[in-house]
Amino acid sequence: MITTLMEQQRSVTASSQSPRSPSSQPYLSVSVTDPVKLGNGVQAYVSYRVITRTNLPEYQGPEKIVIRRYSDFIWLRDRLFEKYKGIFIPPLPEKSAVEKFRFSAEFIEMRRQALDIFVNRVASHHELQQSEDLRTFLQADEETMERLRSQETGIFKKKPSDFMQIFKDVQSKVSDVVLGKEKPVEESNPEYEKLKHYIFELENHLAEAQKHAYRLVKRHRELGQSLSDFGKAVKLLGACEGNSLGMAFSELGAKAETLSVKLQKEAHQILMNFEEPLKDYVRAVQSIKATIAERANAFRRHCELAETIKLKEINLNKLSLIRSDRVGEAEMEYNELKAESDEATQTFETIVRLMNEEIVCFQEQKTLDMGTAFHQFAKGQARLANGIADAWRSLLPKLESCSSS
Amino acid sequence: MMGSETEGFEEGRLYASKEEMENLVIDDPLNDTKSSYSNYRSAMSSSAISETHHPLSPSILVTPAESDPLLSPPPYRDIRNPSGQRESSYIEPPAYADVIFSPFDGDHFGDVNGVESPSRNSDNSGRFSRSLGSSSSSSLASSSDYIKITVSNPQKEQEASNSIVPGGGTYVTYLITTRTNVPEFGGPEFSVRRRFRDVVTLSDRLAESYRGLFIPPRPDKSVVESQVMHKQEFVEQRRVALEKYLRRLAAHPVIKRSDELRVFLQVQGKLPLPTTTDVASRMLDGAVNLPRQLLGESSSVVAPHEVVQPAKGGRDLLRLFKELKQSMANDWGGSRPPVVEEDKEFLEKKERMNELEQQLTNASQQAESLVKAQQEMGETMGELGLAFIKLTKFENDEVVFDSQKVRANEIKGFATAAVKASRFYRELNAQTVKHLDTLHDHLGLMLAVHSAFSDRSSALLTVQTLLSELSSLQSRAEKLEAASSKIFGADKSRIRKTEELKETIRVTEDAKNVAVREYERIKENNRTELERLDRERKADLLNMMKGFVLNQVGYNEKIANVWTKVVEETSGYAKESS
Repeated sequence: MITTLMEQQRSVTASSQSPRSPSSQPYLSVSVTDPVKLGNGVQAYVSYRVITRTNLPEYQGPEKIVIRRYSDFIWLRDRLFEKYKGIFIPPLPEKSAVEKFRFSAEFIEMRRQALDIFVNRVASHHELQQSEDLRTFLQADEETMERLRSQETGIFKKKPSDFMQIFKDVQSKVSDVVLGKEKPVEESNPEYEKLKHYIFELENHLAEAQKHAYRLVKRHRELGQSLSDFGKAVKLLGACEGNSLGMAFSELGAKAETLSVKLQKEAHQILMNFEEPLKDYVRAVQSIKATIAERANAFRRHCELAETIKLKEINLNKLSLIRSDRVGEAEMEYNELKAESDEATQTFETIVRLMNEEIVCFQEQKTLDMGTAFHQFAKGQARLANGIADAWRSLLPKLESCSSS
Repeated sequence: MMGSETEGFEEGRLYASKEEMENLVIDDPLNDTKSSYSNYRSAMSSSAISETHHPLSPSILVTPAESDPLLSPPPYRDIRNPSGQRESSYIEPPAYADVIFSPFDGDHFGDVNGVESPSRNSDNSGRFSRSLGSSSSSSLASSSDYIKITVSNPQKEQEASNSIVPGGGTYVTYLITTRTNVPEFGGPEFSVRRRFRDVVTLSDRLAESYRGLFIPPRPDKSVVESQVMHKQEFVEQRRVALEKYLRRLAAHPVIKRSDELRVFLQVQGKLPLPTTTDVASRMLDGAVNLPRQLLGESSSVVAPHEVVQPAKGGRDLLRLFKELKQSMANDWGGSRPPVVEEDKEFLEKKERMNELEQQLTNASQQAESLVKAQQEMGETMGELGLAFIKLTKFENDEVVFDSQKVRANEIKGFATAAVKASRFYRELNAQTVKHLDTLHDHLGLMLAVHSAFSDRSSALLTVQTLLSELSSLQSRAEKLEAASSKIFGADKSRIRKTEELKETIRVTEDAKNVAVREYERIKENNRTELERLDRERKADLLNMMKGFVLNQVGYNEKIANVWTKVVEETSGYAKESS
């Protein structure tokens, strides 16, 4: 089984004790497994087995298995985003790729891995793990899940395009500020400005690195393929030559074909253990951007309400001087508004507080993730290079004996 | 077929635009030249591949790049080409295998200084006879004498005034310098100026004199390319090709001793070899001969000395017709000529050569793909490294948290490794190109083989034609004999006719004998050459394999080391074993 960066997180935050000891530490561990293609034609989709193991009282029993599909995960993510503003919601893998690859084994495996990581991150986050929506997701039967999922279209459903719009808004606002254009209602917090700038720039850098990482995967595949073809051609040439030379060529060709296999394997490793984590990093940054947008909304609302409150106060005072009989009603309105304003301020301040905490966590986590990814990559490359060197080296005595014959 | 070997490499930034590089505050941007592997042959001209290495700038790295000799190899000139101006820009990356491994046969990775080292050279001279220069068991005794040819210093010269094109054309001459210890040349070193047309002449004369031998094919005339390329590029490409060609000629055991070559290399001024007959004079020639050939039967005999050459158009119209008729007769299995293309052995060999050619073509193509894939691997690895270098700089610039500092450090370590690995890939590839070039060279030689085989066929055809002519003449003589014996008192004209016929028969008989001798000679040439080719090809291919394999071992070890270091540095992040 591939050691993913999330498995290590899982083991860090969730106790590794067996569910059979009830007095053990509280834990919540989830795995997303067993992708199965269901349905036909345009309606076809992939379902996953989601296995929850926990000793938390809020959950039904030590182990629960449900069947979920990608849109269910989206539902969960959207709910969490709505409810836990300020927290960096773990990212989901992208909606489907090119139609052709939607059901390729590789794509499905990558998606499965990413979904697994997603759920576990939610389950290990001290706030998010308490979410009722999470419990629903992990335990509800399929019909309930389906009902909830389709309900979303009416009320909460944030289409991907909405997110895009939010991103664009925030992006344009940030760049406007950066470019010194008109100043909308924005926090004047230099540290926060720095953070925003950092996040937006970071995405660019990461995206580029990820692009090259993906290309590197392809290069490994291509090299593997051409080595294989070369090996075959050399074998044929050897057959033509005959004698010891022919045998030497045969062996060379065979070695080349062996190495081709190694290269294909390494390509897969790089894809799963290096390129995916990089993509994941990019997605995480995009999630932060969504939170930034939420914060901007909250700030705007807080400001608007604060403004409104001020006006209302002035009116109230005026009113109390002129028409004291209307004051009661106005006061009630004022109080309602005040409550709203306070709530908005509260929301905003919570977001600020949470973000400050989250960013620290995020940076630490990413250092860990990248370190692991580099380690895996380096291991794979060292193994590959050594394997190649060894394979070729083993040919040398044979070649030597050929020339002396 | 050897034709267009390009100097071809494009000066270019390896990874990013210059601006991007400068933003990184790297003083010495990694400046590597990419070989354009889209043109395999250009990659083959390995003298063109030059790489300048700079260690990663210390301003980015906390720890300066370790003084790894392979990172910044001391550039050394190809000592055997002190005169070549272009060559001065050439820096050969040290073959790691040379440096690290003790060679299996001392000669193979031998001298770079002076002596014509058979392998791992900037030029591919003597590829065909690589084993001749080496002291390996398969070499011949001729390894003590050498002929070293250099082509340089192209210059424009004016055509003599009586050219057809008004205004006079210009052409390019090349300085051809020879260093040799062969006594026939009468001197250790000498130079001449020749133009490409002279090379064509040389090639044609050799083809005539040495029928049956595997004569290295000359560079293409490639008129089209000269229009497309810049004059300078084209001239340089041609210079390289000429040098390769002449060196190959000098490496051929028979041709190196030929008068034609010697004259070409040594005689000052106009090349004293009869030039290729151009169309005009050929037409003229043909017109003069035409009535004689078509009308005068008595002089339709092929002169013996002409028999030694295949029938050419224009001048030998009638002979051509006759030989064509003969070959058709052969094909239809009509008359049974006494001399059959016997030699089942030869036919088998021919078949094998065809098969070999096919496999060489295939292998050469796959080698090209391999080289391209290796190149791209190196490039992408480098681009990945560069992207991470930018990231590390970014994190350092915007650092707020300690965890960022740590991460920036890890990224830097990784990026450095990726860039190093990238460099090794590309060095490995440069060497791979040189080795796999052998396939390409031997493929080119197939042309020479075809040529030699067709020399044989045309010689055989001449013999067969003469034989059937002889037999028809003889039967005519017999008829005449029979007729005149019936009539008492042979009349004067009949006697004369008989005499003339007898004369014709005699001359034809002579011609036939000459033709047969020529045919046998060519057959023998074919045979010895095939042996030589097989021997040398086997040696060359074996060397190729060894070189290829050794390089792979050497560079992959280096690459493994680079990554092992990163594994150690990031060992803290390893949780479970994978």
